Amino acid sequence: MVEFTPKAAGTVPPAEVPDVELYHPKSWWTKYVFSQDAKIIAIQYSGTAILIGLVALVLSWLMRLQLGFPDTFSFITVEAYYQFITMHGMIMVIYLLTALFLGGFGNYLIPLMIGARDMAFPYVNMLSFWIYLVAVLVLVASFFAPGGPTGAGWTLYPPQAILSGTPGGQEAGILLMLSSLVLFIIGFTMGGLNYAVTVLQCRTRGMTLMRMPLTIWGIFTATVMALLAFPALFVAGVMMLFDRLVGSSFFMPALVELGERLDYGGGSPILFQHLFWFFGHPEVYIVALPAFGIVSDLISVHARKNIFGYRMMVWAIVIIGGLSFIVWAHHMYVSGMNPWFGFFFATTTLIIAIPTAIKVYNWVLTLWRGDIHFTLPMLFALAFIVTFLNGGLSGLFLGNVVVDVPLSDTMFVVAHFHMVMGVAPIMVIFGAIYHWYPKITGRMLDETMGRIHFWVTFVGSYAIFFPMHYVGLVGVPRRYNELGDLLFVPPSIADLNAFISIAALIVGAAQMVFLFNLLWSLRHGKEAGGNPWRAASLEWQTPATPPEHGNWGKSLPVVYRWAYDYSVPGAKEDFIAQNDPWPEEPERSPA
Amino acid sequence: MSVILSFIFLIMCIAGWWLARHHLLSKPWLERGVPASATEGAAPVNRTAKVGLGVFLAVIGALFALLASAYFERMGLPDWRDFPLPRLLWVNTGMLIACSAALHCALADARNGALKPARSGLVIASLAGLAFVFGQLAVWLQLVSVGLGVASNPAVTFFYLLTGLHGLHILGGLVALAFAVSSAFHGTDLRPLIPRLELCTIYWHFLLVIWLAILVVIAGWAEEIVVTCSQLFS
Repeated sequence: MVEFTPKAAGTVPPAEVPDVELYHPKSWWTKYVFSQDAKIIAIQYSGTAILIGLVALVLSWLMRLQLGFPDTFSFITVEAYYQFITMHGMIMVIYLLTALFLGGFGNYLIPLMIGARDMAFPYVNMLSFWIYLVAVLVLVASFFAPGGPTGAGWTLYPPQAILSGTPGGQEAGILLMLSSLVLFIIGFTMGGLNYAVTVLQCRTRGMTLMRMPLTIWGIFTATVMALLAFPALFVAGVMMLFDRLVGSSFFMPALVELGERLDYGGGSPILFQHLFWFFGHPEVYIVALPAFGIVSDLISVHARKNIFGYRMMVWAIVIIGGLSFIVWAHHMYVSGMNPWFGFFFATTTLIIAIPTAIKVYNWVLTLWRGDIHFTLPMLFALAFIVTFLNGGLSGLFLGNVVVDVPLSDTMFVVAHFHMVMGVAPIMVIFGAIYHWYPKITGRMLDETMGRIHFWVTFVGSYAIFFPMHYVGLVGVPRRYNELGDLLFVPPSIADLNAFISIAALIVGAAQMVFLFNLLWSLRHGKEAGGNPWRAASLEWQTPATPPEHGNWGKSLPVVYRWAYDYSVPGAKEDFIAQNDPWPEEPERSPA
Repeated sequence: MSVILSFIFLIMCIAGWWLARHHLLSKPWLERGVPASATEGAAPVNRTAKVGLGVFLAVIGALFALLASAYFERMGLPDWRDFPLPRLLWVNTGMLIACSAALHCALADARNGALKPARSGLVIASLAGLAFVFGQLAVWLQLVSVGLGVASNPAVTFFYLLTGLHGLHILGGLVALAFAVSSAFHGTDLRPLIPRLELCTIYWHFLLVIWLAILVVIAGWAEEIVVTCSQLFS
């Protein structure tokens, strides 16, 4: 047992930080709209992300209607289908998942979990949200622009992305998409600076790095990765804007379109793919690492057991973050790049499975002989582990060049990445909202509605994506709005597609129950009290619930232990809060 | 992509070194109490701003490292034509060096409490920074006048892109500098201004380094350096 006891009494007087450091809102506008309080900004970020996510959800319904029941809906033209695919993918990955995990959970949880009053640079933090909002509005504007949004696919590959045959390619669609991305990245950089610097500089007394909850480790590492990876998308976006607007040829090779030779020549479409995936692969982990962190905390709290292998979990997060920068070209096995690259990237891809597997084992070992409470957050956390494992296993197939080549551009790939980076992180988002809603609002979410939401979502997503793997193995290509009469596609695939579409409609409808629950429980939810889950981490120990401006009242908390002291023998309760100096007189053990 | 990979490697080394200093081997489940090193209280605001600037500079570094990677990838394709760099660029480079040097002196003067030299140093720095921006615009006009428009050749397009993005960062630096200048002329005590001046100076030095790196890349010296190094090693 290691003892840190600077004072004989074993307790340390709390740091009294003068109140003047914080900006104090003077009007309704600066308190709730142009707020510099990270908690308000978090709610603004989350609300915007969920609203734009709903748009993407509706788009997925429309796509599934077309795939399940082709020739039924006349308004879903080929062009419209491509536009739906593109906007669905881009919104879900960037404007929902990234914004919600980092802008939403990052803003709410970082200051509270590390014992800070607010973010390091609250004004910049506020700007971050408003630029994000403008980025979202620019994206939404493309739906109303002449020619509609871009239909280039979410990867926006040139040359097709800016040619006239692609919806929005020669109209405003692609311009608005690229501008929106550039804005998003500028806004994110402002927020990201805050998340990183706050963790580095604003931890309260006693909160060493190795005492931070894994949620913070996940968000922090993901932020650092995002700060380094998003510039790649920025560069790719700006260069493509040059190609589209001034006729340069960064990415555009010599082309003949409709019998006419275009002015482009000599550019390299593969260069764009390199830049895009240099961002795109870390992006997977930018979404996954916060999910890993949050799920570790949910499991520990709701199984009343300390997290198994905390140190290993931290290292795994950091190692995954580092490795994810050297695996990007596994998205490009069929792009025509040098086959030796494929060998290298297959190897790095398989190596990244090691720290990831360590995390899965540690979650399972945390559950092992734990006092598992099947609360809503726990259900979603369990669903995440299973789903992430499924998605990860199909990733082993796709990571190998020889297996990937025949599976490339089939529905198998769609099923794989929806499992691993669609369903799995969304499960964590739901679990996290059920877990922290009581802190944010002071009320519990309704249990019955929550259970309906969970079971329909969980079973429903498997009904959607398990058969989709099979559809892909049969050889059904992705990005096709209609299969027509392909000899290698048996007729039963049409029935399967209809089944998947119906499941998708039902799962989407279940999300409405969740949204209704969010609003209904604001007024009618059960009073939660300050710490309904009896959790040890710092955010549950605030003097007020919901926490007030400045979070901690007069003095900042002092941290005496890590965040996972559950079921400690001899303790008063089955958890010991991080700011609890128990036992008052620490026993001196022989060194 | 070797430039950006080297850059990421450098960042990882820094991160690894920093993490190694933070007891990554400790066993938090066995620890109790407040570590002695942590009892002094929260970090001073000044230091937080510096760390923030450091993180921001890393992001800018990644941005330009990516552009350099793209530059070298694109350069290998057959339609690439080098073009002679306008001489004015060397004058502009001199201006940027002058700006950095003036800021450096102004900061030293401010630390010594010498009000007048510090003020004049800040003014010289601002003027040199402005001169750099106008000089770059003049270079653009020169290029256009000899028929090297934005879309004429990938090498030229990259030149506009790199100088443009660098110029935008310079404009941001000028805004920060303008705030520093106005507060330097409003008060007689420069001490509260020192943290801000330090941030300004670091930022401008960094932009100078980035500019020199851009020059090395677009003047073709980068290739020569790589060739010389490989000869040395073989």
